[in-house]
Amino acid sequence: MTTLTAPRKTAPPPARPRTRSGVSKWRRRIPLLPALIFTIVVTQLPFVATLVISTFQWNILQPGDRHFTGLSNYAFVFTDERLRAAVLNTVVLTASVVLISVLLGLGLAMLLDRRFVGRGLARTLLIAPFLVMPVAASLLWKHAIYNPDYGLLNGTLNAVYQFFGADHGPTVDWISSYPMPAVVVSLVWQWTPFMMLILLAGLQAQPGDVLEAARVDGASAMATFRFITLPHLRQYLELGILLGTIYVVQTFDAVYTITQGGPGSQTTNLPYEIYLTMFRKYEYGEAAAAGVVVVLGSIVIATFALRTIASLFREETSR
Amino acid sequence: MTAHAAVGAPGARLRKLFRRHDDPAGTPRLSPLWTFVAWLATLAFFAPVAWMVLTSFHQEADAATNPPTPLAPLTLDQYQLLFGRDITPFLLNSAMASVISTLLVLALAVPTAYALSIKPVEKWTDVMFFFLSTKFLPAIAALLPVYMIVKEVGMLDNVWTLIVLYTAMNLPIAVWMMRSFLAEVPKEILEAAEVDGANLPTVLLRIVAPVAMPGLAATSLICFIFSWNEFMFAVNLTATQASTAPVFLVGFITNEGLFLARLCAAATLVSLPVLIAGFAAQDKLVRGLSLGAVK
Repeated sequence: MTTLTAPRKTAPPPARPRTRSGVSKWRRRIPLLPALIFTIVVTQLPFVATLVISTFQWNILQPGDRHFTGLSNYAFVFTDERLRAAVLNTVVLTASVVLISVLLGLGLAMLLDRRFVGRGLARTLLIAPFLVMPVAASLLWKHAIYNPDYGLLNGTLNAVYQFFGADHGPTVDWISSYPMPAVVVSLVWQWTPFMMLILLAGLQAQPGDVLEAARVDGASAMATFRFITLPHLRQYLELGILLGTIYVVQTFDAVYTITQGGPGSQTTNLPYEIYLTMFRKYEYGEAAAAGVVVVLGSIVIATFALRTIASLFREETSR
Repeated sequence: MTAHAAVGAPGARLRKLFRRHDDPAGTPRLSPLWTFVAWLATLAFFAPVAWMVLTSFHQEADAATNPPTPLAPLTLDQYQLLFGRDITPFLLNSAMASVISTLLVLALAVPTAYALSIKPVEKWTDVMFFFLSTKFLPAIAALLPVYMIVKEVGMLDNVWTLIVLYTAMNLPIAVWMMRSFLAEVPKEILEAAEVDGANLPTVLLRIVAPVAMPGLAATSLICFIFSWNEFMFAVNLTATQASTAPVFLVGFITNEGLFLARLCAAATLVSLPVLIAGFAAQDKLVRGLSLGAVK
């Protein structure tokens, strides 16, 4: 196949008049112009607006007092206690959700990579948490599982205690006592299937003959995993971690529903803090500056993500 | 003979549904112990969903017991109550926002993917990565300017505002997915058709469409899922007229007496379309989620 097409590629292209090739270039571009223009207008212009607003002192409760302040909103963003707490919460929330769900997802993917009774059904059931509407899932955890009086957690604890003859199980107020873990667990539950799917695809793309050779050579299961599977999975792990990070950094639904950022601001992450600045404090300038900071942070993560996707992409297109 | 086939067919179809991921005989089997672990983990992950669905068929008094009473009598009361409390307009808004935005995404993404794979423009990879990079901008940073512009032009609380935003949100995913599907159209056949003088509509209909159709279906399901579930723009840009299904759930954030069974019914109802779409697209789900990077 490649030997057939390769010479054709190196052959000089048929000479064409310059104007024709210009016209045909533009003819090729026409199909993608609507999408390109639409994307630039809807996604890039708001960001330019955010940049402009971020340089203004602008609180809609004080309509007369709107003026240019240069970088003072950024000075505020980098010194404000609440925002610093929000940055820290975002890092803790994102890192724990992504790492725990990658580990769980890896374990599940390795199990599902083997044959067992009802494997297809198990896979279908495992995807379900990712498909439940995020707001619905958060509410489910908040009320049906964490509720101290009738939630499933305390209910099950109570049933177990009563089974062993105690009067009543412990009554733990999960959300007030462990606000951050409560949010993290509900998000891990939703994101593990995502990681599992990506890692399972990675495992199944593993060349069978290499594994077979390792088995024939008498390599132990641990050694096979350590020296063959893990290196092969590396780019899938990277992809899962990076895409997961980009999505989980933006978490809004779970914080909004489960804790409203509380108690105090213990679970307020950056998106929720920006939302509060915008719609509770009405400080548009500050909110915009915080938004720009979030974008800059995302660009750092995105750069790594794009590099990983580009390497997978090159592999695919060169195939 | 025919009767036997008719009896066998649904079973065979079911088996196919659940077995289609089984590889040929080469895949190693799990030992019984690990099979047990795999099923235990699966059921642990599925338990909240099962509990949600089960509770939605209970009376409020049975839903809020401690210890829980999973065997309480079943009822459809909660679903009746939901439709009595007018969940319908929310569902219709969600359906409108997700279906129309998905159609718009396809209308924009398919020609784009064509210009990135079958008749690629110069520097087509740069165009691909431009689309992708917009997906990495956090939506929260766009909320303020979008809110101000939408308010200025009087489009707050309007489903079309959501449609435009969801189209922009899903376009990069659709472009990447559709490109990876169109790239599978065999180049030799395209060239042969051109040599034979087939015109563009014929090429599209006879050669590209058959290969791209499954991809088109998968792409629309993925776009539908993301639009249906979107919450942040929906809750901040709508008020009474254009609110979508996730916004209906906001009413359940604070405790209001006995409401657990109704909450579970609402959660089940709003999640149902995506559960169906997701199970239907599960083979292609990973391709969409990884933007076509992983097959």
